[in-house]
Amino acid sequence: MSEPVIAVERVHKWFGTHQALDGVTLNVKSGERIVVCGPSGSGKSTLVRCINRLESTDSGRITVNQIDLAEGPLAVEQVRKTVGMVFQQFNLFPHLTVEENLCLAPVRSLGLSESVAKERAKEYLERVHIPEQAKKFPLQLSGGQQQRVAIARALCMEPAIMLFDEPTSALDPEMIKEVLGVIAELADGGMTMVCVTHEMGLARAMADRIVFLDEGRVIEEAPPSEFFTAPKSDRTKQFLSRILQH
Amino acid sequence: MQWTRQNLFSSWGNTLTTLLILAGLLWALVPLLDWLIVSADWRGSKRVDCSSGGACWVYVAERFDQFLYGFYPEEERWRVDLMAVVLLGSLSLFLWSRVSGRTATACVFLSLIIGWFTLTGGESSLPPIETRLWGGMMLTIVLTVGGLALAFPVAILLALGRRSTIPVVKIFCTAFIELWRGVPLITVLFMASVMLPLFLPDGASVDKLLRALIGVSLFAGAYLAEVIRGGLQAIPRGQYEAAAALGLGYWRTMYYVILPQALRHVIPGLLNTVIALFKDTTLVLIIGMFDFLGIIQASLNDQEWLGLAAEGYVFAGIIYWAICFSLSRMSKGIELRSNTHRV
Repeated sequence: MSEPVIAVERVHKWFGTHQALDGVTLNVKSGERIVVCGPSGSGKSTLVRCINRLESTDSGRITVNQIDLAEGPLAVEQVRKTVGMVFQQFNLFPHLTVEENLCLAPVRSLGLSESVAKERAKEYLERVHIPEQAKKFPLQLSGGQQQRVAIARALCMEPAIMLFDEPTSALDPEMIKEVLGVIAELADGGMTMVCVTHEMGLARAMADRIVFLDEGRVIEEAPPSEFFTAPKSDRTKQFLSRILQH
Repeated sequence: MQWTRQNLFSSWGNTLTTLLILAGLLWALVPLLDWLIVSADWRGSKRVDCSSGGACWVYVAERFDQFLYGFYPEEERWRVDLMAVVLLGSLSLFLWSRVSGRTATACVFLSLIIGWFTLTGGESSLPPIETRLWGGMMLTIVLTVGGLALAFPVAILLALGRRSTIPVVKIFCTAFIELWRGVPLITVLFMASVMLPLFLPDGASVDKLLRALIGVSLFAGAYLAEVIRGGLQAIPRGQYEAAAALGLGYWRTMYYVILPQALRHVIPGLLNTVIALFKDTTLVLIIGMFDFLGIIQASLNDQEWLGLAAEGYVFAGIIYWAICFSLSRMSKGIELRSNTHRV
């Protein structure tokens, strides 16, 4: 239990001349729920995208389940099979039905049989409360429903870790709630999670630890009780006062 | 009535314009229809049966079989008919929404392979028929469909290659596309027919039709590749990322996620290339093969039927147009069925 499932060690990342990550270190234990927050451009999305290697790093080391991502494409593919990801823009495959979206990767990258994959798809669609939408195409669903399908698609791989990259930022306010509900249920189920979000309510309710990032650096790391009531750095206080006013 | 009054006769100026255009149409259409149909000669079998001054369709009727089959032996023409039916049948699978696009594609390729062996014969109990006897509409279709079938996989690989992050692959694909796209088809055909045999070792020979097919397919492949690349560029980055995050590798991502979407985007562009190629195949005349237009042209020199160029070219035009229009309707059908996911 002492070995972290995700270990990010002094990671640096540049986009051209812009430094997105500046020596970030973060350890996540199995079953831990981390919320990453910070102002826009602070590198929080880049950080979660580095964890499943959608972005490469310029220096430092990231291991997931003791597999070093720098080892090569095979290691990366192995990690991706155990790390689910949910994007801000859902990124469902529009030419496939909901069911086909859910079954594609379990069949084609895990090698499950079609029927087992369909069973799984049904199970996870029920988990996100939309079993009746299985035969529809993504664009026929509301934003909130699409994001729940995206969560179910990631869960169908039965990942050990889930990454969320601003899962509610592209949604109408009334739809945010249904998606947050599903994420909170997942958190209660003991899933290891790293979630980038601006939803402080979610952070307060489910996070074991909040990581505050600014200009590519980890400014503060604390459990929600401490983070919201007794932030240590001025930068965090400033951020919180701005975000909690609304 | 209401509509015509509102749109065509709403004012003095409009009425005048309408009448002028109608008069112009009558002036042009009446003699044309008269020549085409009313005073044309339809019955008979000899030149002397054409005496009315209208179009001499007797000539077209007499030569019709040759226009279709070229010099393919008469007693073996059932093979061509059979294969035409098989090809049409497998193509129509694309319009049937219960058959997936992949299954339909596989069926078309299978029917083409069967078609090639049936038409050439020799392997089985069917007597071999040399490809130099092939001609007419049959040859046009073999060149177009065969050329496209060979071109399509090449085009997909070239389009993917041109977007590759591996420099060698990218440079090779770009150079290949630019080379074949920059050379006229006539040159390609001429090279395939005359120059290629010079480079082959003595005794080794490749069938002339096959050489033309390869030339046509490399040429069409370069064009198709650029059309497909256009479709690939329309796919948002999020689709690649979502597939990658699910552990799908490059080829599976392309096959299951990216290409099905990209190809749907470019159906009109693909059809453009198909129609252009269908009409361009007539250039095989340069290397001594007689496609549909070629064989019509050749028959114009027949002593008995001299001076019937108008009939020949009008007939060719009508048939080409009819086939191209059918292709256009078919692609419209494919577009409709493949866009069911759009709201």
